[in-house]
Amino acid sequence: MLWPLFLLVTAIHAELCQPDAENAFKVRLSIKTALGDKAYAWDINEEYLFRAMVAFSMRKVPKRETTEIAHVLLCNVTQRVSFWFVVTDPSKNHTLPAAEIQSAIRMNRNRINNAFSLSDQTLEFLKIPSTLAPPVDPSVPIWIIIFGVIFCIIIVATTLLILSGIWQSRRKNMEPSEMVDAEDKRENMITVENGIPCDSLDAKGGHINDAFMTEDERLTPL
Amino acid sequence: MPRADPAGMAQTLALDWLGDAPKDGRPKWDNKFQYFLSCLGFAVGLGNVWRFPYLCQTHGGGAFLLPYAVALVFEGIPLFLIELAVGQRLQRGSLGVWTAISPYLSGVGLGCLAVSFLVSLYYNTVLSWVLWYLLNSFQQPLPWSSCPLGLNRTGLEEECQGSSAVSYFWYRQTLNISADIRDSGSVQWRLLVCLAACWAVVYMCVIRGIETTGKAIYFTALFPYLVLTAFLVRGLTLPGAVHGLTYLFTPNMQTLQNPRVWLDAATQIFFSLSLAFGGHIAFASYNPPRNNCKRDAVAIALVNSLTSLYASITVFSVLGFKATNDHGQCLDRNILSLINEFDLPEQSISRDGYLAALAHLNTTQPERVARLSLKSCRLEDFLDKSAAGPGLAFIIFTEAVVHMPGAPAWAVLFFGMLFTLGLSSMFGNMEAVVAPLLDMGVVPRWVPKEALTGLACLVCFLLATCFTLQSGNYWLEIFDSFAASLSLIVLAFLEVVGVVYVYGMKRFCDDVKWMTGSRPGLYWRVCWTLVSPLLLLTVLVTYIAFLAQKPPSYRAWNPQYEWFPARQEKRYPGWVLAACALLSLLPTLCVLGAALAQLLAQRTRRWRPRDADTR
Repeated sequence: MLWPLFLLVTAIHAELCQPDAENAFKVRLSIKTALGDKAYAWDINEEYLFRAMVAFSMRKVPKRETTEIAHVLLCNVTQRVSFWFVVTDPSKNHTLPAAEIQSAIRMNRNRINNAFSLSDQTLEFLKIPSTLAPPVDPSVPIWIIIFGVIFCIIIVATTLLILSGIWQSRRKNMEPSEMVDAEDKRENMITVENGIPCDSLDAKGGHINDAFMTEDERLTPL
Repeated sequence: MPRADPAGMAQTLALDWLGDAPKDGRPKWDNKFQYFLSCLGFAVGLGNVWRFPYLCQTHGGGAFLLPYAVALVFEGIPLFLIELAVGQRLQRGSLGVWTAISPYLSGVGLGCLAVSFLVSLYYNTVLSWVLWYLLNSFQQPLPWSSCPLGLNRTGLEEECQGSSAVSYFWYRQTLNISADIRDSGSVQWRLLVCLAACWAVVYMCVIRGIETTGKAIYFTALFPYLVLTAFLVRGLTLPGAVHGLTYLFTPNMQTLQNPRVWLDAATQIFFSLSLAFGGHIAFASYNPPRNNCKRDAVAIALVNSLTSLYASITVFSVLGFKATNDHGQCLDRNILSLINEFDLPEQSISRDGYLAALAHLNTTQPERVARLSLKSCRLEDFLDKSAAGPGLAFIIFTEAVVHMPGAPAWAVLFFGMLFTLGLSSMFGNMEAVVAPLLDMGVVPRWVPKEALTGLACLVCFLLATCFTLQSGNYWLEIFDSFAASLSLIVLAFLEVVGVVYVYGMKRFCDDVKWMTGSRPGLYWRVCWTLVSPLLLLTVLVTYIAFLAQKPPSYRAWNPQYEWFPARQEKRYPGWVLAACALLSLLPTLCVLGAALAQLLAQRTRRWRPRDADTR
């Protein structure tokens, strides 16, 4: 007696949860990509947890606080791991509208991810976009800080160079400029006479010419 | 100042070398190494890193080295020696030198001044982009590693997703480029601020001419070599580097039949050595007259070419790594598509087994596979992706750096290297602008040198702000293509002809013998009289022929373009073409104008009475 009823129920369930059915969503998990060696196998217990999380999310929606785990139907589980799910109403005759499910999942996405140790990229709800986390934006962009430092260094260095240039030219102006230059030039120019550079003769100092007699020997000793 | 009379000049100088201080207090190098580094820094610039590897890659890999070597030996080194020898002998900047050789050739000096000025404008703008990237490299993760979020935060920014994170950062967040050159847009304050900083750095270094650049050059000329070595070591240890090196260096001798290859080699050696700017003449003029400039010319030219080669090995190994990485990601994307579509277990298809699995699925369910529209992943396609110029540095290399471990450090090193490379070239450019102004006596004696260089930098900065507009990049490409290329070839041709035929080959060889101790041999004489002028003339004619073949066009970044992210090819409007023509012809007009002015001056002098001629 109960068999026809059971078959009817499963038939209805089968109709409600089908790939591309109305209000059905496809879920795709990439457990090995996310966890590597610590990946767990996907079995019926994990499915039970998933249905519980979806029911939990739906209970947070106003007017849907009576959603039970049994109202969440899963089908077409593949090895990928991927499957389709729908949420039915208490009478189990029709499915809840997709918009409600979508908003419920979006609100609790974080909790669902954490239950499975996955992230937005590895636990995908196709057709339910997740709100991406805003990037960490410092109040002052880093490049401005570094730019400020570099620019200050440049300004200081340039000012020092200009000031040292002014100081040097002032020092040069203090000395009698033209005369000294000419004298230096004349001194620096190596004049050549008879093939011998003159500075070896050192006209200023004077050399003692040993060819002549010295002072002492002018007077013959007593 | 004695009348322009080369023979008389030689007499005066022959006495001067006996230790007399220069009459006008001409600056001098502290030591030979400083001079060597300055010339080397001027020659080695951004082109060695981002133009030579591209030319090697597109013109048959290792085979390109042959036309490059030929151009170096028969065009580069002889022209280089002429510049150094003439500057060192006549002890004047470019303007003074050409006026001394012949008053009719004084326009060559003016042309060099004009070209150096135009190049300084856009070269420092490129440096400001490098500075911007350098400042943004001090963070983890790097800002160009991921796309920013879209407006409603459910997805990434559309323009970024359509192209790539690095392209988006370059075209939108850096340049904020407009879709058309006619659409100027507004000034980008970020770029303006970086441009101001760059000109401030340049001013700080050139403030007292070679007195200050001589100190700065020790760092700016040597730092790039350190970084290149670090990158080479890092690059060679990355996976896939060997692929890059073998693929890109394997010679393809067929390409040598294309005349374009020889033209590119000739122009590359020319611009690589920074000939005909007047900078080398200025640098050499600060040397003592008795200095072996022959050895300097050969040494600097060889080191410059070896640097190009060294840089291309580094660049190719990093590009090979990037191509391997991209290839792996392409395979991973395809594998994921297959797994998702056919609900296969995770990681059931490995990269090696991808082709087998694809073939199997194609035979069993071809319609579903076709619906996926998988892209074919061939390593050669990724290796072929190349770019020259800013594209290489700001798009391709930045993406490669993101995947290296310790990415911010490598980004800082890379952009620091580019900055110092460009800075040492800017020293030469500014010297080529300021030294002729000082020689001409444009400013009175009491104006300090700091003020003159400050004024030059300020004028350049103000003019260069037009490159910070949204259409600035398009204008910069125009300057890059038209301002320098044609004029430099014309000026170099006039230089060779002027020295060899107007100054006199015999006199010039005597001067070189006096300076270096040995007379230039047959190779030099043949190159100077015959080979180099012919080569330059051929290059000039071929260049004009290629230019006339198809009207100039540019490639715009247009997000609305149907084939986005490919760049849309657009023609230049008429007034822009007029500007291009003006830019190319300006230095040549200087030459003609100066010659005409001199001719007129001579004619009017003959009409006036003799005693009015006080010179």
